[in-house]
Amino acid sequence: MIRRALLLLALVLVAAPASAERLIISVSSSRVLITSSYTGAELVLFGVIERDGASVSRAGPYDIVVTVRGPATQITVREKARLGPIWVNAAQRKYAGLPGYLAIHSSRPMDQVTSEQLRERFLFSLADTIAAKGGGPPVDARAAHFNDALLRLKTAANLFQANDKGVVFLSPNLFRAAISLPATAPLGNYEAIVTLLSDGAPLATEKTDFEVVKTGFEARVALAAAMQPWLYGLVTVLIAIGFGWLANYAFRRD
Amino acid sequence: MPIYLPIAELPVSIFLIFGMAAAVGFISGMFGVGGGFLMTPLLVFLGIPPGVAVATGAAQIAAASMTGVLNFWRRDALDVKLGLVLVVGGLFGTLLGVLFFNAMRRAGYFELVLVLSYVTLLGTVGGLMLIESLRATFLPNRTKGQRPRRTDERWWFETLPLPMRFERSGLVISAIPLVLLGVFIGFAGSVLGIGGGFIVVPVLIYLFRVPTAVVVGTSLFQILFTMMAATMLHAVTNQSVDIVLALILIVGSVIGAQFGARVGQNLKGEHFRLLLAILIFGVAVRFAVEIGVKPTELFSIEQQEIRL
Repeated sequence: MIRRALLLLALVLVAAPASAERLIISVSSSRVLITSSYTGAELVLFGVIERDGASVSRAGPYDIVVTVRGPATQITVREKARLGPIWVNAAQRKYAGLPGYLAIHSSRPMDQVTSEQLRERFLFSLADTIAAKGGGPPVDARAAHFNDALLRLKTAANLFQANDKGVVFLSPNLFRAAISLPATAPLGNYEAIVTLLSDGAPLATEKTDFEVVKTGFEARVALAAAMQPWLYGLVTVLIAIGFGWLANYAFRRD
Repeated sequence: MPIYLPIAELPVSIFLIFGMAAAVGFISGMFGVGGGFLMTPLLVFLGIPPGVAVATGAAQIAAASMTGVLNFWRRDALDVKLGLVLVVGGLFGTLLGVLFFNAMRRAGYFELVLVLSYVTLLGTVGGLMLIESLRATFLPNRTKGQRPRRTDERWWFETLPLPMRFERSGLVISAIPLVLLGVFIGFAGSVLGIGGGFIVVPVLIYLFRVPTAVVVGTSLFQILFTMMAATMLHAVTNQSVDIVLALILIVGSVIGAQFGARVGQNLKGEHFRLLLAILIFGVAVRFAVEIGVKPTELFSIEQQEIRL
Protein backbone atom coordinates (compact mmCIF):
# COMPACT_ATOMS: atom_id res chain seq x y z
CA MET A 1 0.00 0.00 0.00
CA ILE A 2 2.77 2.37 1.05
CA ARG A 3 4.71 1.38 -2.02
CA ARG A 4 1.75 2.20 -4.18
CA ALA A 5 1.23 5.56 -2.45
CA LEU A 6 4.87 6.44 -2.97
CA LEU A 7 4.60 5.41 -6.58
CA LEU A 8 1.58 7.62 -7.03
CA LEU A 9 3.39 10.49 -5.37
CA ALA A 10 6.39 9.95 -7.62
CA LEU A 11 4.09 10.00 -10.60
CA VAL A 12 2.51 13.26 -9.52
CA LEU A 13 5.92 14.81 -8.86
CA VAL A 14 7.22 13.69 -12.22
CA ALA A 15 4.13 14.84 -14.02
CA ALA A 16 3.43 18.04 -12.11
CA PRO A 17 6.14 20.32 -13.41
CA ALA A 18 5.60 19.02 -16.89
CA SER A 19 1.81 19.03 -16.93
CA ALA A 20 2.22 20.28 -20.44
CA GLU A 21 0.71 17.15 -21.95
CA ARG A 22 -2.77 15.84 -21.61
CA LEU A 23 -4.21 12.65 -23.11
CA ILE A 24 -7.62 12.45 -24.69
CA ILE A 25 -8.61 8.92 -25.58
CA SER A 26 -11.62 7.13 -26.91
CA VAL A 27 -12.39 3.52 -27.69
CA SER A 28 -14.45 2.68 -30.76
CA SER A 29 -17.13 0.86 -28.82
CA SER A 30 -18.03 0.98 -25.18
CA ARG A 31 -20.04 -2.23 -25.37
CA VAL A 32 -19.05 -5.32 -27.25
CA LEU A 33 -22.25 -7.26 -27.85
CA ILE A 34 -22.18 -11.02 -28.06
CA THR A 35 -24.75 -12.21 -30.55
CA SER A 36 -25.22 -15.64 -32.09
CA SER A 37 -22.62 -14.84 -34.75
CA TYR A 38 -19.98 -13.57 -32.32
CA THR A 39 -16.47 -14.80 -33.09
CA GLY A 40 -14.47 -12.23 -31.20
CA ALA A 41 -14.20 -8.50 -31.67
CA GLU A 42 -11.84 -5.84 -32.95
CA LEU A 43 -11.85 -2.47 -31.24
CA VAL A 44 -9.83 0.60 -32.01
CA LEU A 45 -8.55 2.99 -29.42
CA PHE A 46 -7.77 6.53 -30.60
CA GLY A 47 -5.87 9.12 -28.66
CA VAL A 48 -4.64 12.67 -28.98
CA ILE A 49 -1.76 14.19 -27.08
CA GLU A 50 -2.73 17.75 -26.24
CA ARG A 51 0.11 20.08 -25.58
CA ASP A 52 0.03 23.24 -23.56
CA GLY A 53 1.04 25.97 -26.03
CA ALA A 54 3.37 27.64 -23.55
CA SER A 55 5.56 24.65 -22.83
CA VAL A 56 8.74 23.84 -24.60
CA SER A 57 8.82 20.93 -26.99
CA ARG A 58 10.37 17.65 -25.90
CA ALA A 59 13.74 16.54 -27.10
CA GLY A 60 12.73 12.94 -27.70
CA PRO A 61 9.66 11.50 -29.41
CA TYR A 62 6.53 10.51 -27.55
CA ASP A 63 5.89 6.90 -26.61
CA ILE A 64 2.53 5.39 -25.85
CA VAL A 65 1.79 2.21 -23.94
CA VAL A 66 -1.75 0.85 -24.01
CA THR A 67 -2.66 -1.81 -21.45
CA VAL A 68 -6.02 -3.53 -21.79
CA ARG A 69 -7.16 -5.59 -18.83
CA GLY A 70 -10.15 -7.90 -18.77
CA PRO A 71 -12.12 -8.87 -15.67
CA ALA A 72 -10.15 -10.38 -12.81
CA THR A 73 -10.13 -14.14 -12.65
CA GLN A 74 -8.99 -16.95 -10.47
CA ILE A 75 -6.62 -19.18 -12.39
CA THR A 76 -5.28 -22.57 -11.42
CA VAL A 77 -2.29 -23.90 -13.34
CA ARG A 78 -1.80 -27.65 -13.07
CA GLU A 79 1.14 -29.74 -14.06
CA LYS A 80 0.77 -33.36 -15.08
CA ALA A 81 3.13 -35.94 -13.67
CA ARG A 82 3.55 -39.64 -14.13
CA LEU A 83 1.63 -41.75 -11.63
CA GLY A 84 2.19 -45.42 -12.36
CA PRO A 85 1.14 -46.00 -15.95
CA ILE A 86 -0.79 -42.77 -16.41
CA TRP A 87 -0.28 -39.03 -16.51
CA VAL A 88 -2.34 -37.10 -14.01
CA ASN A 89 -2.56 -33.55 -12.70
CA ALA A 90 -0.19 -33.29 -9.78
CA ALA A 91 1.33 -30.00 -8.67
CA GLN A 92 -0.68 -26.81 -9.03
CA ARG A 93 -0.34 -23.11 -8.43
CA LYS A 94 -3.20 -20.65 -8.00
CA TYR A 95 -3.30 -17.10 -9.29
CA ALA A 96 -5.90 -14.73 -7.90
CA GLY A 97 -6.70 -11.40 -9.48
CA LEU A 98 -5.03 -11.86 -12.84
CA PRO A 99 -7.03 -10.37 -15.69
CA GLY A 100 -8.65 -12.98 -17.89
CA TYR A 101 -7.51 -10.95 -20.87
CA LEU A 102 -4.40 -8.80 -21.00
CA ALA A 103 -2.93 -6.91 -23.92
CA ILE A 104 0.05 -4.61 -23.75
CA HIS A 105 0.63 -2.52 -26.87
CA SER A 106 3.42 -0.03 -27.29
CA SER A 107 4.65 2.26 -30.01
CA ARG A 108 8.24 0.96 -29.82
CA PRO A 109 10.00 -2.06 -28.37
CA MET A 110 9.55 -1.79 -24.63
CA ASP A 111 13.27 -1.60 -23.82
CA GLN A 112 13.48 1.59 -25.86
CA VAL A 113 10.40 3.10 -24.22
CA THR A 114 11.52 3.16 -20.63
CA SER A 115 13.84 1.71 -18.02
CA GLU A 116 13.53 -1.75 -16.58
CA GLN A 117 12.52 -0.47 -13.15
CA LEU A 118 9.66 1.56 -14.56
CA ARG A 119 8.58 -1.29 -16.80
CA GLU A 120 8.34 -3.51 -13.75
CA ARG A 121 6.57 -0.87 -11.70
CA PHE A 122 3.98 -0.07 -14.35
CA LEU A 123 3.52 -3.75 -15.22
CA PHE A 124 4.48 -3.10 -18.83
CA SER A 125 5.25 -6.76 -19.39
CA LEU A 126 3.05 -9.84 -19.33
CA ALA A 127 5.53 -11.83 -17.27
CA ASP A 128 5.79 -9.07 -14.67
CA THR A 129 2.02 -8.86 -14.40
CA ILE A 130 1.80 -12.58 -13.82
CA ALA A 131 4.52 -12.41 -11.19
CA ALA A 132 3.01 -9.39 -9.46
CA LYS A 133 -0.62 -10.40 -9.54
CA GLY A 134 -0.24 -14.09 -9.10
CA GLY A 135 0.90 -15.20 -5.69
CA GLY A 136 3.82 -12.84 -5.43
CA PRO A 137 7.17 -12.88 -7.20
CA PRO A 138 8.57 -16.21 -8.33
CA VAL A 139 10.12 -17.30 -5.08
CA ASP A 140 11.79 -20.32 -6.56
CA ALA A 141 12.44 -22.07 -9.83
CA ARG A 142 9.24 -24.14 -9.54
CA ALA A 143 7.06 -21.05 -9.25
CA ALA A 144 8.83 -19.48 -12.22
CA HIS A 145 8.11 -22.68 -14.11
CA PHE A 146 4.38 -22.26 -13.48
CA ASN A 147 4.51 -18.56 -14.37
CA ASP A 148 6.15 -19.45 -17.68
CA ALA A 149 3.56 -22.11 -18.42
CA LEU A 150 0.72 -19.71 -17.68
CA LEU A 151 2.23 -17.10 -19.98
CA ARG A 152 2.78 -19.65 -22.73
CA LEU A 153 -0.76 -21.06 -22.58
CA LYS A 154 -2.43 -17.67 -22.31
CA THR A 155 -0.38 -16.29 -25.18
CA ALA A 156 -1.17 -19.32 -27.31
CA ALA A 157 -4.90 -18.76 -26.69
CA ASN A 158 -4.45 -15.10 -27.68
CA LEU A 159 -5.74 -14.06 -24.27
CA PHE A 160 -2.42 -12.50 -23.37
CA GLN A 161 -0.93 -10.32 -26.08
CA ALA A 162 2.16 -8.16 -26.23
CA ASN A 163 2.80 -6.09 -29.32
CA ASP A 164 5.57 -3.52 -29.55
CA LYS A 165 4.13 -2.20 -32.81
CA GLY A 166 0.59 -2.16 -31.48
CA VAL A 167 0.39 1.60 -31.15
CA VAL A 168 0.69 3.55 -34.39
CA PHE A 169 1.25 7.28 -34.57
CA LEU A 170 -0.85 8.80 -37.32
CA SER A 171 0.68 12.21 -36.70
CA PRO A 172 3.12 13.30 -33.99
CA ASN A 173 0.16 13.87 -31.64
CA LEU A 174 -2.43 11.40 -32.85
CA PHE A 175 -2.19 7.67 -32.22
CA ARG A 176 -4.20 4.54 -32.68
CA ALA A 177 -4.13 1.06 -31.13
CA ALA A 178 -6.06 -1.99 -32.28
CA ILE A 179 -7.58 -4.13 -29.53
CA SER A 180 -8.32 -7.65 -30.59
CA LEU A 181 -10.56 -9.81 -28.42
CA PRO A 182 -10.67 -13.53 -29.19
CA ALA A 183 -14.05 -15.25 -28.87
CA THR A 184 -12.91 -16.90 -25.65
CA ALA A 185 -12.11 -13.59 -23.94
CA PRO A 186 -14.06 -13.44 -20.68
CA LEU A 187 -17.26 -11.46 -20.37
CA GLY A 188 -17.36 -8.41 -18.18
CA ASN A 189 -15.68 -5.06 -17.74
CA TYR A 190 -12.47 -4.17 -19.53
CA GLU A 191 -10.16 -1.32 -18.70
CA ALA A 192 -7.80 0.36 -21.14
CA ILE A 193 -4.98 2.35 -19.57
CA VAL A 194 -2.97 4.64 -21.81
CA THR A 195 0.39 5.94 -20.61
CA LEU A 196 2.31 8.68 -22.34
CA LEU A 197 6.06 8.65 -21.97
CA SER A 198 8.95 10.62 -23.35
CA ASP A 199 12.62 9.89 -22.85
CA GLY A 200 11.61 7.06 -20.57
CA ALA A 201 9.68 9.32 -18.21
CA PRO A 202 5.92 8.93 -17.74
CA LEU A 203 4.14 12.20 -18.53
CA ALA A 204 0.46 11.44 -18.37
CA THR A 205 -1.94 8.57 -18.03
CA GLU A 206 -5.59 8.15 -18.92
CA LYS A 207 -8.17 5.40 -18.54
CA THR A 208 -11.25 4.32 -20.37
CA ASP A 209 -13.35 1.22 -20.23
CA PHE A 210 -15.68 -0.96 -22.21
CA GLU A 211 -17.64 -4.10 -21.50
CA VAL A 212 -18.26 -7.40 -23.20
CA VAL A 213 -21.84 -8.59 -22.72
CA LYS A 214 -24.20 -11.15 -24.14
CA THR A 215 -27.17 -9.62 -25.84
CA GLY A 216 -30.53 -10.60 -27.25
CA PHE A 217 -31.19 -14.31 -27.44
CA GLU A 218 -27.81 -15.30 -25.97
CA ALA A 219 -28.33 -13.05 -22.97
CA ARG A 220 -31.83 -14.38 -22.37
CA VAL A 221 -30.67 -17.99 -22.58
CA ALA A 222 -27.80 -17.40 -20.15
CA LEU A 223 -30.08 -15.50 -17.80
CA ALA A 224 -32.74 -18.20 -17.90
CA ALA A 225 -30.14 -20.90 -17.23
CA ALA A 226 -28.91 -19.02 -14.18
CA MET A 227 -32.13 -17.56 -12.80
CA GLN A 228 -34.75 -20.18 -13.67
CA PRO A 229 -32.80 -23.43 -13.87
CA TRP A 230 -35.86 -25.62 -13.31
CA LEU A 231 -37.76 -24.01 -16.15
CA TYR A 232 -34.64 -24.06 -18.34
CA GLY A 233 -34.10 -27.75 -17.63
CA LEU A 234 -37.74 -28.52 -18.29
CA VAL A 235 -37.70 -26.70 -21.63
CA THR A 236 -34.55 -28.61 -22.66
CA VAL A 237 -36.14 -31.93 -21.69
CA LEU A 238 -39.35 -31.04 -23.56
CA ILE A 239 -37.34 -30.12 -26.66
CA ALA A 240 -35.50 -33.44 -26.43
CA ILE A 241 -38.57 -35.65 -26.09
CA GLY A 242 -40.51 -33.48 -28.53
CA PHE A 243 -37.90 -33.97 -31.24
CA GLY A 244 -37.59 -37.64 -30.36
CA TRP A 245 -41.34 -38.08 -30.81
CA LEU A 246 -41.34 -36.01 -33.99
CA ALA A 247 -38.57 -38.11 -35.50
CA ASN A 248 -40.43 -41.28 -34.68
CA TYR A 249 -43.55 -39.87 -36.29
CA ALA A 250 -41.83 -38.46 -39.36
CA PHE A 251 -39.68 -41.49 -40.15
CA ARG A 252 -42.26 -44.11 -39.30
CA ARG A 253 -41.79 -47.15 -41.46
CA ASP A 254 -44.88 -49.18 -40.71
CA MET B 1 -21.11 -20.71 -40.33
CA PRO B 2 -20.15 -20.02 -36.72
CA ILE B 3 -22.73 -19.90 -33.99
CA TYR B 4 -22.09 -18.69 -30.47
CA LEU B 5 -23.04 -21.15 -27.74
CA PRO B 6 -24.49 -19.12 -24.86
CA ILE B 7 -23.57 -21.53 -22.05
CA ALA B 8 -20.33 -23.00 -23.40
CA GLU B 9 -19.39 -19.37 -24.17
CA LEU B 10 -17.56 -20.03 -27.40
CA PRO B 11 -18.38 -20.01 -31.09
CA VAL B 12 -18.53 -23.29 -32.99
CA SER B 13 -19.12 -24.13 -36.60
CA ILE B 14 -22.76 -25.14 -36.83
CA PHE B 15 -22.10 -27.43 -39.81
CA LEU B 16 -19.24 -29.19 -38.04
CA ILE B 17 -21.31 -29.91 -34.93
CA PHE B 18 -24.33 -30.85 -37.00
CA GLY B 19 -22.25 -33.17 -39.20
CA MET B 20 -20.68 -34.79 -36.17
CA ALA B 21 -24.07 -35.28 -34.53
CA ALA B 22 -25.40 -36.81 -37.76
CA ALA B 23 -22.42 -39.17 -37.96
CA VAL B 24 -22.84 -40.26 -34.34
CA GLY B 25 -26.60 -40.58 -34.95
CA PHE B 26 -25.87 -42.76 -37.99
CA ILE B 27 -23.72 -45.10 -35.92
CA SER B 28 -26.19 -45.18 -33.06
CA GLY B 29 -29.06 -45.92 -35.43
CA MET B 30 -27.04 -48.62 -37.13
CA PHE B 31 -26.12 -50.43 -33.93
CA GLY B 32 -29.11 -49.47 -31.82
CA VAL B 33 -26.90 -47.82 -29.20
CA GLY B 34 -27.29 -44.34 -27.75
CA GLY B 35 -23.98 -43.08 -29.07
CA GLY B 36 -23.19 -41.07 -25.95
CA PHE B 37 -19.83 -42.80 -25.63
CA LEU B 38 -18.88 -41.29 -29.01
CA MET B 39 -20.69 -37.97 -28.73
CA THR B 40 -19.19 -36.81 -25.43
CA PRO B 41 -15.53 -37.46 -26.36
CA LEU B 42 -16.02 -35.87 -29.79
CA LEU B 43 -17.55 -32.74 -28.27
CA VAL B 44 -14.61 -32.46 -25.87
CA PHE B 45 -12.25 -32.97 -28.80
CA LEU B 46 -13.95 -30.05 -30.61
CA GLY B 47 -13.20 -27.79 -27.66
CA ILE B 48 -16.52 -27.87 -25.79
CA PRO B 49 -15.79 -27.82 -22.04
CA PRO B 50 -16.18 -31.42 -20.73
CA GLY B 51 -18.79 -30.37 -18.17
CA VAL B 52 -20.98 -28.79 -20.85
CA ALA B 53 -20.45 -31.77 -23.16
CA VAL B 54 -21.62 -34.27 -20.54
CA ALA B 55 -24.60 -32.21 -19.36
CA THR B 56 -25.76 -31.32 -22.87
CA GLY B 57 -25.18 -34.84 -24.16
CA ALA B 58 -27.81 -36.07 -21.70
CA ALA B 59 -30.49 -34.11 -23.55
CA GLN B 60 -29.43 -35.58 -26.89
CA ILE B 61 -29.52 -39.12 -25.49
CA ALA B 62 -33.01 -38.45 -24.08
CA ALA B 63 -34.17 -37.44 -27.56
CA ALA B 64 -32.61 -40.46 -29.25
CA SER B 65 -34.03 -42.90 -26.71
CA MET B 66 -37.49 -41.30 -27.00
CA THR B 67 -37.55 -42.18 -30.70
CA GLY B 68 -36.44 -45.72 -29.90
CA VAL B 69 -38.87 -46.26 -27.03
CA LEU B 70 -41.82 -45.28 -29.24
CA ASN B 71 -40.71 -47.78 -31.89
CA PHE B 72 -40.42 -50.63 -29.40
CA TRP B 73 -43.61 -49.60 -27.64
CA ARG B 74 -45.64 -49.93 -30.81
CA ARG B 75 -44.23 -53.40 -31.40
CA ASP B 76 -44.90 -54.33 -27.77
CA ALA B 77 -41.17 -55.10 -27.44
CA LEU B 78 -40.86 -53.44 -24.07
CA ASP B 79 -41.23 -54.67 -20.49
CA VAL B 80 -42.62 -51.58 -18.79
CA LYS B 81 -42.59 -53.06 -15.30
CA LEU B 82 -38.95 -54.14 -15.57
CA GLY B 83 -38.14 -50.75 -17.06
CA LEU B 84 -39.78 -48.95 -14.16
CA VAL B 85 -37.81 -50.96 -11.59
CA LEU B 86 -34.62 -49.99 -13.41
CA VAL B 87 -35.79 -46.36 -13.54
CA VAL B 88 -36.26 -46.28 -9.75
CA GLY B 89 -32.61 -47.22 -9.29
CA GLY B 90 -31.61 -45.08 -12.25
CA LEU B 91 -33.07 -41.88 -10.80
CA PHE B 92 -31.24 -42.42 -7.53
CA GLY B 93 -28.01 -43.21 -9.39
CA THR B 94 -28.43 -40.10 -11.52
CA LEU B 95 -28.74 -37.93 -8.44
CA LEU B 96 -25.60 -39.48 -6.94
CA GLY B 97 -23.83 -39.13 -10.29
CA VAL B 98 -24.61 -35.42 -10.67
CA LEU B 99 -23.46 -34.73 -7.10
CA PHE B 100 -20.25 -36.67 -7.74
CA PHE B 101 -19.80 -34.84 -11.07
CA ASN B 102 -20.11 -31.44 -9.32
CA ALA B 103 -17.68 -32.44 -6.56
CA MET B 104 -15.08 -33.72 -9.04
CA ARG B 105 -15.37 -30.57 -11.11
CA ARG B 106 -14.72 -28.42 -8.07
CA ALA B 107 -11.72 -30.54 -7.11
CA GLY B 108 -10.27 -30.40 -10.64
CA TYR B 109 -10.28 -34.17 -11.15
CA PHE B 110 -13.25 -34.36 -13.46
CA GLU B 111 -11.31 -34.89 -16.67
CA LEU B 112 -9.21 -37.62 -15.10
CA VAL B 113 -12.31 -39.40 -13.79
CA LEU B 114 -13.92 -39.08 -17.21
CA VAL B 115 -10.93 -40.52 -19.05
CA LEU B 116 -10.27 -43.33 -16.56
CA SER B 117 -13.93 -44.36 -16.54
CA TYR B 118 -14.05 -44.39 -20.32
CA VAL B 119 -10.95 -46.57 -20.47
CA THR B 120 -12.24 -49.03 -17.86
CA LEU B 121 -15.87 -49.24 -18.96
CA LEU B 122 -15.42 -49.18 -22.70
CA GLY B 123 -12.24 -51.25 -22.50
CA THR B 124 -13.96 -54.01 -20.55
CA VAL B 125 -17.20 -54.08 -22.49
CA GLY B 126 -15.50 -53.56 -25.85
CA GLY B 127 -12.85 -56.15 -25.09
CA LEU B 128 -15.37 -58.80 -24.04
CA MET B 129 -17.52 -58.12 -27.10
CA LEU B 130 -14.48 -58.23 -29.33
CA ILE B 131 -13.39 -61.65 -28.04
CA GLU B 132 -16.91 -62.98 -28.27
CA SER B 133 -17.56 -61.75 -31.79
CA LEU B 134 -14.13 -62.78 -33.08
CA ARG B 135 -14.88 -66.29 -31.86
CA ALA B 136 -18.26 -66.23 -33.54
CA THR B 137 -16.80 -64.91 -36.80
CA PHE B 138 -13.72 -67.10 -37.12
CA LEU B 139 -14.82 -70.27 -35.33
CA PRO B 140 -18.35 -70.50 -36.65
CA ASN B 141 -18.42 -74.31 -36.50
CA ARG B 142 -17.66 -74.52 -32.81
CA THR B 143 -20.66 -74.96 -30.61
CA LYS B 144 -21.93 -71.50 -29.95
CA GLY B 145 -20.03 -70.42 -26.83
CA GLN B 146 -21.23 -72.07 -23.67
CA ARG B 147 -24.13 -74.36 -23.40
CA PRO B 148 -27.22 -72.21 -22.85
CA ARG B 149 -28.18 -72.26 -19.20
CA ARG B 150 -31.31 -74.09 -18.25
CA THR B 151 -34.08 -71.87 -17.01
CA ASP B 152 -34.23 -73.58 -13.65
CA GLU B 153 -30.58 -72.69 -12.99
CA ARG B 154 -30.58 -69.45 -11.05
CA TRP B 155 -27.94 -66.98 -9.99
CA TRP B 156 -27.72 -66.35 -6.27
CA PHE B 157 -28.74 -62.71 -6.74
CA GLU B 158 -31.97 -63.58 -8.49
CA THR B 159 -33.36 -65.23 -5.37
CA LEU B 160 -32.66 -62.34 -3.00
CA PRO B 161 -35.64 -60.97 -1.04
CA LEU B 162 -38.34 -58.83 -2.72
CA PRO B 163 -39.06 -61.09 -5.68
CA MET B 164 -41.03 -59.49 -8.50
CA ARG B 165 -42.88 -61.09 -11.34
CA PHE B 166 -42.30 -59.61 -14.80
CA GLU B 167 -45.08 -60.97 -16.98
CA ARG B 168 -43.84 -59.55 -20.27
CA SER B 169 -40.40 -61.14 -19.82
CA GLY B 170 -41.78 -64.22 -18.09
CA LEU B 171 -39.34 -63.89 -15.20
CA VAL B 172 -39.39 -63.74 -11.44
CA ILE B 173 -36.38 -61.86 -10.14
CA SER B 174 -35.55 -60.09 -6.90
CA ALA B 175 -35.94 -56.32 -7.28
CA ILE B 176 -32.68 -55.68 -5.41
CA PRO B 177 -30.12 -56.52 -8.13
CA LEU B 178 -32.27 -54.75 -10.74
CA VAL B 179 -32.46 -51.55 -8.71
CA LEU B 180 -28.71 -51.73 -8.09
CA LEU B 181 -28.10 -52.14 -11.81
CA GLY B 182 -30.26 -49.06 -12.36
CA VAL B 183 -28.28 -47.11 -9.76
CA PHE B 184 -25.00 -48.01 -11.44
CA ILE B 185 -26.20 -47.09 -14.93
CA GLY B 186 -27.75 -43.83 -13.72
CA PHE B 187 -24.53 -42.93 -11.94
CA ALA B 188 -22.27 -43.78 -14.89
CA GLY B 189 -24.62 -42.09 -17.32
CA SER B 190 -24.75 -38.74 -15.57
CA VAL B 191 -21.01 -38.65 -14.88
CA LEU B 192 -19.88 -39.79 -18.33
CA GLY B 193 -22.59 -38.43 -20.59
CA ILE B 194 -23.58 -41.88 -21.83
CA GLY B 195 -26.90 -43.71 -21.81
CA GLY B 196 -25.33 -46.96 -20.74
CA GLY B 197 -27.26 -49.20 -23.13
CA PHE B 198 -24.08 -51.03 -24.05
CA ILE B 199 -23.84 -52.16 -20.40
CA VAL B 200 -27.52 -52.72 -19.60
CA VAL B 201 -28.30 -54.83 -22.67
CA PRO B 202 -25.63 -57.52 -22.13
CA VAL B 203 -26.28 -57.60 -18.38
CA LEU B 204 -30.02 -58.10 -18.88
CA ILE B 205 -29.45 -60.79 -21.49
CA TYR B 206 -26.64 -62.77 -19.93
CA LEU B 207 -27.26 -62.32 -16.20
CA PHE B 208 -31.01 -61.92 -15.96
CA ARG B 209 -32.00 -63.88 -19.07
CA VAL B 210 -34.44 -61.20 -20.17
CA PRO B 211 -35.78 -62.21 -23.61
CA THR B 212 -33.82 -60.57 -26.43
CA ALA B 213 -37.09 -59.34 -27.93
CA VAL B 214 -37.77 -56.89 -25.10
CA VAL B 215 -34.28 -56.12 -23.87
CA VAL B 216 -33.37 -53.18 -26.11
CA GLY B 217 -36.76 -51.52 -25.69
CA THR B 218 -36.59 -51.90 -21.92
CA SER B 219 -33.06 -50.55 -21.79
CA LEU B 220 -34.07 -47.53 -23.88
CA PHE B 221 -37.08 -46.98 -21.62
CA GLN B 222 -34.78 -46.80 -18.60
CA ILE B 223 -32.27 -44.57 -20.44
CA LEU B 224 -35.02 -42.16 -21.50
CA PHE B 225 -36.07 -41.48 -17.91
CA THR B 226 -32.61 -41.34 -16.38
CA MET B 227 -31.35 -38.99 -19.10
CA MET B 228 -34.37 -36.72 -18.67
CA ALA B 229 -33.56 -36.61 -14.96
CA ALA B 230 -29.86 -36.07 -15.68
CA THR B 231 -30.61 -33.11 -18.00
CA MET B 232 -32.83 -31.60 -15.34
CA LEU B 233 -30.33 -32.10 -12.52
CA HIS B 234 -27.39 -30.78 -14.53
CA ALA B 235 -29.44 -27.71 -15.47
CA VAL B 236 -30.44 -27.06 -11.88
CA THR B 237 -27.20 -27.81 -10.04
CA ASN B 238 -24.43 -26.69 -12.38
CA GLN B 239 -26.06 -24.72 -15.22
CA SER B 240 -23.97 -26.54 -17.80
CA VAL B 241 -26.73 -27.53 -20.23
CA ASP B 242 -26.34 -25.56 -23.45
CA ILE B 243 -29.76 -25.47 -25.07
CA VAL B 244 -28.42 -24.25 -28.43
CA LEU B 245 -25.85 -27.03 -28.58
CA ALA B 246 -28.50 -29.54 -27.45
CA LEU B 247 -30.78 -28.50 -30.30
CA ILE B 248 -28.07 -28.95 -32.95
CA LEU B 249 -27.07 -32.33 -31.52
CA ILE B 250 -30.67 -33.54 -31.30
CA VAL B 251 -31.63 -32.58 -34.84
CA GLY B 252 -28.37 -33.92 -36.30
CA SER B 253 -28.43 -37.23 -34.48
CA VAL B 254 -32.12 -37.87 -35.06
CA ILE B 255 -31.65 -37.50 -38.82
CA GLY B 256 -28.44 -39.53 -38.85
CA ALA B 257 -30.06 -42.32 -36.85
CA GLN B 258 -32.75 -42.88 -39.48
CA PHE B 259 -30.18 -43.56 -42.18
CA GLY B 260 -28.08 -45.63 -39.81
CA ALA B 261 -31.02 -47.84 -38.92
CA ARG B 262 -31.54 -48.72 -42.59
CA VAL B 263 -27.90 -49.70 -43.07
CA GLY B 264 -27.94 -51.69 -39.84
CA GLN B 265 -30.72 -53.93 -41.07
CA ASN B 266 -28.51 -55.23 -43.87
CA LEU B 267 -25.63 -56.22 -41.62
CA LYS B 268 -25.01 -59.83 -40.60
CA GLY B 269 -25.30 -60.48 -36.88
CA GLU B 270 -21.67 -61.45 -36.28
CA HIS B 271 -20.29 -58.62 -38.40
CA PHE B 272 -22.61 -56.27 -36.63
CA ARG B 273 -21.29 -57.21 -33.20
CA LEU B 274 -17.69 -57.25 -34.37
CA LEU B 275 -17.95 -53.72 -35.79
CA LEU B 276 -19.60 -52.42 -32.65
CA ALA B 277 -16.95 -54.11 -30.49
CA ILE B 278 -14.15 -52.55 -32.55
CA LEU B 279 -15.80 -49.16 -32.24
CA ILE B 280 -16.22 -49.34 -28.46
CA PHE B 281 -12.77 -50.80 -27.93
CA GLY B 282 -11.27 -48.17 -30.25
CA VAL B 283 -12.66 -45.33 -28.15
CA ALA B 284 -11.20 -46.98 -25.03
CA VAL B 285 -7.77 -47.28 -26.69
CA ARG B 286 -7.94 -43.67 -27.82
CA PHE B 287 -8.48 -42.58 -24.21
CA ALA B 288 -5.83 -44.95 -22.88
CA VAL B 289 -3.31 -43.36 -25.24
CA GLU B 290 -4.37 -39.93 -24.03
CA ILE B 291 -3.41 -40.60 -20.43
CA GLY B 292 -0.77 -43.27 -21.02
CA VAL B 293 1.51 -41.35 -23.38
CA LYS B 294 3.47 -38.39 -22.16
CA PRO B 295 1.49 -35.31 -23.21
CA THR B 296 3.27 -32.68 -25.28
CA GLU B 297 1.90 -29.99 -22.99
CA LEU B 298 2.20 -30.92 -19.32
CA PHE B 299 0.46 -27.81 -18.06
CA SER B 300 -3.18 -26.88 -18.18
CA ILE B 301 -5.05 -23.87 -16.89
CA GLU B 302 -8.45 -23.59 -15.37
CA GLN B 303 -10.03 -20.19 -15.09
CA GLN B 304 -12.88 -19.01 -12.93
CA GLU B 305 -14.45 -15.62 -12.88
CA ILE B 306 -14.21 -13.76 -9.63
CA ARG B 307 -17.80 -12.80 -8.98
CA LEU B 308 -18.22 -9.64 -7.03
